[in-house]
Amino acid sequence: MTRKQKRLSVIAGGLAFLGAATGLTFYALGQKASYFYMPADLTTASLQPGQRIRLGGLVEKGTIERGQGATVAFSVTDNQKEVKVTYTGILPDLFREEQGVITEGTFRPDGVFVADSVLAKHDENYMPKEVADGLKAKGVWQESKSD
Amino acid sequence: MVETGHFALVLAFALALVQTVVPLFGARMNNRKMMAVGGPVAVTGFALTALSFAALAIAYATSDFSVANVWENSHSLQPLIYRITGAWGNHEGSMLLWVLILTFFGALVAAFGSNLPATLRANVLAVQGAIGATFFLFILATSNPFARLNPAPIEGRDLNPILQDLGLAIHPPLLYLGYVGFSICFSFSVAALIEGRIDASWARWVRPWTLVAWMFLTGGIAMGSYWAYYELGWGGFWFWDPVENASFMPWLAGTALLHSAIVMEKRSALKIWTLLLAILTFSLSLLGTFLVRSGVLTSVHAFATDPTRGVFILCILTLFIGGSLALFALRASKLTAGGLFHPISREGALVLNNLFLTTATATVLIGTLYPLVVEAVSADKISVGAPFFNLTFGPLMVPLLVVVPFGPLLAWKRGDIFAVAQRLMTAFAAALLAVLVTALFIDGASVFAALGVGLAFWLICGALTDIAVKSGFGVVAPGVMLRRFAGLPRSVFGTALAHLGLGLTTLGIVGTLCFGTEKILSMHAGETVQLSGHTLRFEGLYPAQGPNYSEDRGRFALLGADGSTSAVITSAKRSYPARQMTTTESGIETIGLSQLYLSLGDEGTDGSVVVRLWWKPLVTLIWGGGLVMMAGAAMSLMDRRLRVGAPSRRRKPSGAVPSASLP
Repeated sequence: MTRKQKRLSVIAGGLAFLGAATGLTFYALGQKASYFYMPADLTTASLQPGQRIRLGGLVEKGTIERGQGATVAFSVTDNQKEVKVTYTGILPDLFREEQGVITEGTFRPDGVFVADSVLAKHDENYMPKEVADGLKAKGVWQESKSD
Repeated sequence: MVETGHFALVLAFALALVQTVVPLFGARMNNRKMMAVGGPVAVTGFALTALSFAALAIAYATSDFSVANVWENSHSLQPLIYRITGAWGNHEGSMLLWVLILTFFGALVAAFGSNLPATLRANVLAVQGAIGATFFLFILATSNPFARLNPAPIEGRDLNPILQDLGLAIHPPLLYLGYVGFSICFSFSVAALIEGRIDASWARWVRPWTLVAWMFLTGGIAMGSYWAYYELGWGGFWFWDPVENASFMPWLAGTALLHSAIVMEKRSALKIWTLLLAILTFSLSLLGTFLVRSGVLTSVHAFATDPTRGVFILCILTLFIGGSLALFALRASKLTAGGLFHPISREGALVLNNLFLTTATATVLIGTLYPLVVEAVSADKISVGAPFFNLTFGPLMVPLLVVVPFGPLLAWKRGDIFAVAQRLMTAFAAALLAVLVTALFIDGASVFAALGVGLAFWLICGALTDIAVKSGFGVVAPGVMLRRFAGLPRSVFGTALAHLGLGLTTLGIVGTLCFGTEKILSMHAGETVQLSGHTLRFEGLYPAQGPNYSEDRGRFALLGADGSTSAVITSAKRSYPARQMTTTESGIETIGLSQLYLSLGDEGTDGSVVVRLWWKPLVTLIWGGGLVMMAGAAMSLMDRRLRVGAPSRRRKPSGAVPSASLP
């Protein structure tokens, strides 16, 4: 190979590598990014069966049920619609009734959301930012804050 | 004292402006007096910032609640250590720490840079001063830590309980020493662009600073990871959380910089690329500061909570990143390209390293920023988490790790890949053995797990091979070998140690992810549970009282083979009344290199408690490997050629005094 051919092959190799990395990145973004929904959004959202999403809202009052062992069931609500959620594991320290929560997981065929992680990160108002924004957008923020 | 601190901060801001303007014009007009202003001003600026920081720390230590920042983040019942560390456990205080470290590095350049060419030194200090000035302005305008409250409250609102921890005392200073340490590399790069000239002695200067920054950043990330591991009670060591990514991106880019600086120093090649990397690394540090400090992370709308701060840092970001890249575009063509080399050579291996590391940095950057972009464009809220990073970052890292042992053994300019492969036969055999042993003798080991263990052994043995080959093991007589071993440059040991540390961390990660076990169950007092051959008995919950919290301690007895208690593990639910917050204190028992980890959940109505247990094999190696990497960097810093000092330039500009040694 001449010097020019060598240089070209090195550059082509580098470009192929970068191309593969870019392709992989965008494939992964399409496959692995999970969307955030509030319960009322779900009626209009078209979800694939088994698609991972993040579901956020308030933990509805009086719905927390402790089942067998470490399994917990509760409802997540945005004061318009509610979704039943089950979760096996340790709930975060900040998990409370009528507080904001984000759960991540998939829907079971019977419409129950099976969460594999539950987050209750908070700011001063004990409200994850996505949930606070969602509630504000739905116009129920004041109501949920004052009660 | 508080007003003194505030005043010192204002003075430091004014001095930073002087440090920016005077040496810069001095260098342009070749005025030695003006250039000489930079040094003393940088040292004084550091002293004033230190005074200011001390004032804040004293206000915290003495619980002066007339200072709003102290009132918001401290409590008189906190132990003294957390009353002091609380000074940087909040936005304002941590920004003050940031500039303190920035001015500290500026002062170091002033103190040790006497053998730098005068114009380069003046320009470096000017750029450093400019960064300082913008951040002083940021603090004074939007994040003043010294604002007073009138009337003063009687009691503070307490430091966030999860930050009341020794890990937090050490983590931010280490992390900032790393983050901000890269500012020196940035300043050197911009100074070189202003001068339009760059040579090997420039690389000799930049490399030790990169090493220092990289060493601290490694420590900071490892510390942060360990803190998250034991404090959050989730048992994970890395969450691909945007805040973690913010510190990981400069680390990846800094690692690339570390390697390309070697090529530049030794072979005068990759000059322009090294310079660009130095700019990018610090830009990523700035971006990290922006992401963490603006609150933009969880949502773009976090701007709404305090728009001035976010917008201000965004302006700083645009100014420095945009400015330096524009300067790069204008001036890079002036810089001469360096030596040529064959693709299969030490240089080639280091280029490959750079290709992989910068691509990996880019994937982390995309994954971190993508949700922000999507939300800004379409109002859809998405999150990019571990699954994305495992799919992109993993495949990029594995081939890089596979080629690591080849690099240090290849010759400069033109290497012989077959000879190197031959020398690595022993390491390869050891790795293969590790794969077979794992696959055959460990229950439930998947193919991936076995290959992972093999990869780790390949790295570890490869690092040892490097030292063995270079000291002539098996080739020369033992006496000669020992003498050669002792005579090896420290930087060779540094490289080997750093690569060894990488292997240990890999082994820890593979061990924990592939062989770890986990159980969640609800337990009554007196019940026992089995986990990976360990038997634990739950003894019950006992209330206890701390200085500013009360807790329920769950006691677990680790039972030996004969049924006797060999250790007691305690996990607690703490409640801090000042913030009405509950935290979980995990219980950890270290057995060899592995750990038993347990954390308490909620109490059931029947007196049972939810318990989550993990067996984490080799988990301590994850952070132990980080410490070994730091030791490698320290070893490399002790190298003779760095102690003796960089040779002076051939064409000495006026005012170069080649006398003092490097730090």
